[in-house]
Amino acid sequence: MIGHSHTNANMEREPTPGGVGISVRDLRVRYGEREILHGISFDVQPGETLVILGGSGSGKSTLLRTLVGLERVASGEVWIAGKNLATISERELDDLRNMIGMSFQGGALFGSMSVGENVSLPLREHSPLDPSTIDIVVRLKLEQVGLSGYEDYMPAQLSGGMKKRAAVARALAMDPQILFFDEPSAGLDPIIAAGIDDLILKLKKVFKMTIVVVTHELASAFLIADRMLLIDRGVVVASGTKEEMQASKLPRVRQFFDRVPEPELKDEMSYLQILIGEEPAERR
Amino acid sequence: MAFVESIGRSTIDGLAYVGQLARLTGRATRDIFVTPPQGRGLRYRRAVHQAMSVGVESLPILSLITFFIGVILALQSAYELRKFGALDLVATAVAISLTRELGPLMTAIVVIGRSGSAFAAEIGTMKVSEELDALETMALDPVRFLVAPKLVAMLLMMPCLTTWADFMGVSGGALFGVTSAGFTISSYFHATLNALLIRDIVSGLIKSVMFGLVITTVGCQEGFLTGLGSEQVGRSTTTAVVKSIFLVIVVDFVFTALFYVTGPA
Repeated sequence: MIGHSHTNANMEREPTPGGVGISVRDLRVRYGEREILHGISFDVQPGETLVILGGSGSGKSTLLRTLVGLERVASGEVWIAGKNLATISERELDDLRNMIGMSFQGGALFGSMSVGENVSLPLREHSPLDPSTIDIVVRLKLEQVGLSGYEDYMPAQLSGGMKKRAAVARALAMDPQILFFDEPSAGLDPIIAAGIDDLILKLKKVFKMTIVVVTHELASAFLIADRMLLIDRGVVVASGTKEEMQASKLPRVRQFFDRVPEPELKDEMSYLQILIGEEPAERR
Repeated sequence: MAFVESIGRSTIDGLAYVGQLARLTGRATRDIFVTPPQGRGLRYRRAVHQAMSVGVESLPILSLITFFIGVILALQSAYELRKFGALDLVATAVAISLTRELGPLMTAIVVIGRSGSAFAAEIGTMKVSEELDALETMALDPVRFLVAPKLVAMLLMMPCLTTWADFMGVSGGALFGVTSAGFTISSYFHATLNALLIRDIVSGLIKSVMFGLVITTVGCQEGFLTGLGSEQVGRSTTTAVVKSIFLVIVVDFVFTALFYVTGPA
């Protein structure tokens, strides 16, 4: 059920409930010499919503980029739909990408195309559907995210929340089995952000999709998550259900959930140590 | 020692950059000529759109510039020629220096300023706003999607623009010829056609195609190399213009030398 056949089949019926899961084992990712993720392991069950929490620079965005194949796996394993991203070929990765959808932080809509063209792009490129069928699918997808009638608007004419919704519609175009969200509520006011949370919950309920959300918004995380993963400086600090996380006594978890400020850095040296991934002496 | 080291390092960097350009050219060329028959189509509408912006929209400014270049060339050559009472050779001097050298070069400079910089800015902005990442997560190759249509447009438009630039330059020369050197319009163009060999025009057009290749790949490559942050887009645009001008001159030198060596004695 990959590539073209996948799209075709899914046009005619609802996506299979409880699609595809993710399994990550001892994942390490490097930017040049610097290691960002130091051996991360976790699982996402099919149909489950996992929220990855973490502060700025924790490596949570790098983790998400690795899961969608934008960063190379330095060592370890990332299994999605029976394929290991560490050893996958270009062609297999392309097939896998047709099974996943990604909603970027700023939407990442193509500015030179209308909303409708943005949503139809993956269909035009990867599916054998004729233009009139694609138009119908685009209208359907925009309706699902609450943007009916906005086909001809340019991304620049949309508000922040509408851009995110349009980006979700584009991510849904190929009927993905896994949906990834990078900071879905970043830069939005609480009311609009709540609307996006509702949308994620709806997708989960109606389509039984596997959803992975990276965020640092606690309220939103507790609303949408089945399970949570807290990442700090490239390692998993804690993981579990909402209740387990809420009850955790781990100092780093408490600090994050109770919003305790970090002690201020005393000198340049400790800042540099954090940058290269070492703990400053006084915090060990 | 440090001096020698820095020369070595910049030589390696320079060669690596040319290597990157060659790789980008290779991938884009494959996407233009090899991949479409396999079913993954070239974005023809996008290519036409790019051709309009690279070619048609740059006609007014290109015409103006090359017309003046034609007048200037005529004035400069007349300055020497009139000492020998050979003002009637002005048409020849203008025609040859324009078709072989200044036509393609001035076209390249105008296109770098208008399109090379725009390519870098467009792709750089897309990189900063994660649109390139979005393309990849949708299993769309940024080279096929963005570079190939630009390259097609540029390879088709550069010879056309250059031909037009040659014509406008000759017209500029004619303005001087008619007003100050005793030509009529028809006798000036007649003298021009007599002076030109097919070889002159073709060598200029070959150069212009190579310039188009350089401008597209440098502009796109600088866009892809854009760092994070919107101020980086401005930086890569500037770099694209400077590097394109330099590389166009280098390519010009190589091809001029090549035509000289292979030309009739």
